[in-house]
Amino acid sequence: MSTARTPAGRAFTLRRARFILLCLLPGAVFVALFTYYPMIRGAVIAFQRYNLFDLTSTPFTGFENFRAVLAEDRFWTALRNTGTWVVVSLIFQFFLGFGLALLLRGHFRGRGLYQAWVFFPWAMSGFLIGLLWRWMFNGQFGVINDLLLKAGLIDERIGFLATPGWAMTSVIVANIWYGVTFFAIMIMAALQSVPRDLYEAASVDGASRLRQFWHVTLPHIRPTLALIVLLRIIWILNFPDLIYSMTGGGPAGSTDIITTFLIQQVIGGDYGRAGAVGLLVLGLLLAFSVFYLNATRFEKAR
Amino acid sequence: MNGTMRHVATAVKAVVLGAWLLVTLFPLYWVLVTSLKPKSEIFSMPLKYWPGEVTFEHYEELFSFADFGVYLGNSLIVSLVAAGVVTSIGVLGGYTLARFAFPGRGAVMLAFLVTQMIPLFIALGPLYLLMSDLDLLNRLAGLMLVYVAMLVPFATIIMRGFYERVPVALEEAAQVDGASRLVAMVRVVIPVMLPGIAATFIFAFVQCWNELFLAITFIDSEDAKTIPVAMNSFITQYDIDWGSMAAATVISVVPTLVLFAAIRRYIVEGLTAGAVKG
Repeated sequence: MSTARTPAGRAFTLRRARFILLCLLPGAVFVALFTYYPMIRGAVIAFQRYNLFDLTSTPFTGFENFRAVLAEDRFWTALRNTGTWVVVSLIFQFFLGFGLALLLRGHFRGRGLYQAWVFFPWAMSGFLIGLLWRWMFNGQFGVINDLLLKAGLIDERIGFLATPGWAMTSVIVANIWYGVTFFAIMIMAALQSVPRDLYEAASVDGASRLRQFWHVTLPHIRPTLALIVLLRIIWILNFPDLIYSMTGGGPAGSTDIITTFLIQQVIGGDYGRAGAVGLLVLGLLLAFSVFYLNATRFEKAR
Repeated sequence: MNGTMRHVATAVKAVVLGAWLLVTLFPLYWVLVTSLKPKSEIFSMPLKYWPGEVTFEHYEELFSFADFGVYLGNSLIVSLVAAGVVTSIGVLGGYTLARFAFPGRGAVMLAFLVTQMIPLFIALGPLYLLMSDLDLLNRLAGLMLVYVAMLVPFATIIMRGFYERVPVALEEAAQVDGASRLVAMVRVVIPVMLPGIAATFIFAFVQCWNELFLAITFIDSEDAKTIPVAMNSFITQYDIDWGSMAAATVISVVPTLVLFAAIRRYIVEGLTAGAVKG
């Protein structure tokens, strides 16, 4: 974190303290009341029996909610699906995004306009994107079936969103479509951070483009890439919107991920269990982040 | 590399970029075409890639059979007010975080950053209880409050970044001339930052405009529904009427498309500010 650039030679006075307090107070109050308070209450509720449809008694029940959640098959299915959803989406988003970033590196006519158009999925919500693809993947009147038939790749229409294996593939395809731009933008910014004289030195030494990429570009942007990937993993894991509107977690829970499962608990009114799932997700994210940061730091030190 | 090779490379590049553009734009094209087709064409074979007969019946239906005008108005009011409030809060908070070193500054930054990493869904149930206690369920004011809270950390942190790029000398000069700190801020610093402030406002607006899960948790009365809530009920109530759904999608996506295009540069900056540094 950078140090604050205070006007030179000014001490911390009472008047200034009052000004700071007044400026920060509105934001702090909002965040405390509508973000931290509910989060903390959610953590407490995780240890209570707390069902919206019977609020007459809400006793503390220890780890009962956790036990109930962990005993549910749907929870474990959701956890496994989360793994598939995150890993497969990420790999494709990363490599396609990287490719796009490399292609957009040089200057060419219409580059700005191109970027503006390719950028547009970012203006859409996950909910709308899910609807868009739900319609395109429609088993009867969907355009994807039509295109595949025309191309001769399939002989009859596939009920993409009604068949468990296909449903997961479909939501992942939609997610890849959405996320490639993100990676392209981030990686383009990272590429621009590589000092130009490094390349010049490399080409004086007679290194080919490929070797330059491998020995100059990649090592230089690796720490940034590691961070981008971590942020993205957390983000994809916390992104139930698209699945919610595309399949609702179906058919038969085959596209449920951990956050859609959590939302179903909330909609079902069982806040105790929802709290427990929430804490489990949080623990998982935390453990993963620590593990990941350690692993990538090790990489850097080597 | 000789001349022919270079031409081939350029051609390959152009083809790949063109293909990706097609893949990116096709879903939007398809929803637009669907929204302009009569029902008989939407649900018939063979699929038409351009409407045989262009119709606006789905758009008309949205406003006659459904109260889409009301939803549109609600979305506009909630998003405008919440974005306005949150931008003002960001302008104030970002200033102090950028310009003063004070005890607890790091803690405030951390408290804001943490909220960006934790999924909001954990708080969804308790937030419902809180809104119910405050008698804010089914009211636009309730949504506004929660949206402001949701966006304060982002707005404050991004504004801090904008302030840090304005030279302190600019402000000090004004203060030497006898202007108070607040006057210096309003007269000198804010005009310089106007594009950044506008970008923050637009970004916050689009977030509110698109928000779904909080809205469906707090709102179920017809007169308080925002567009996403209404569209969500299109899904659950009937077998989806894809003509209306497509029209609703187009209506809700066009404003965000235009707004995002206007601030594209800032979104790229905002996205990359945290992760990419030298």
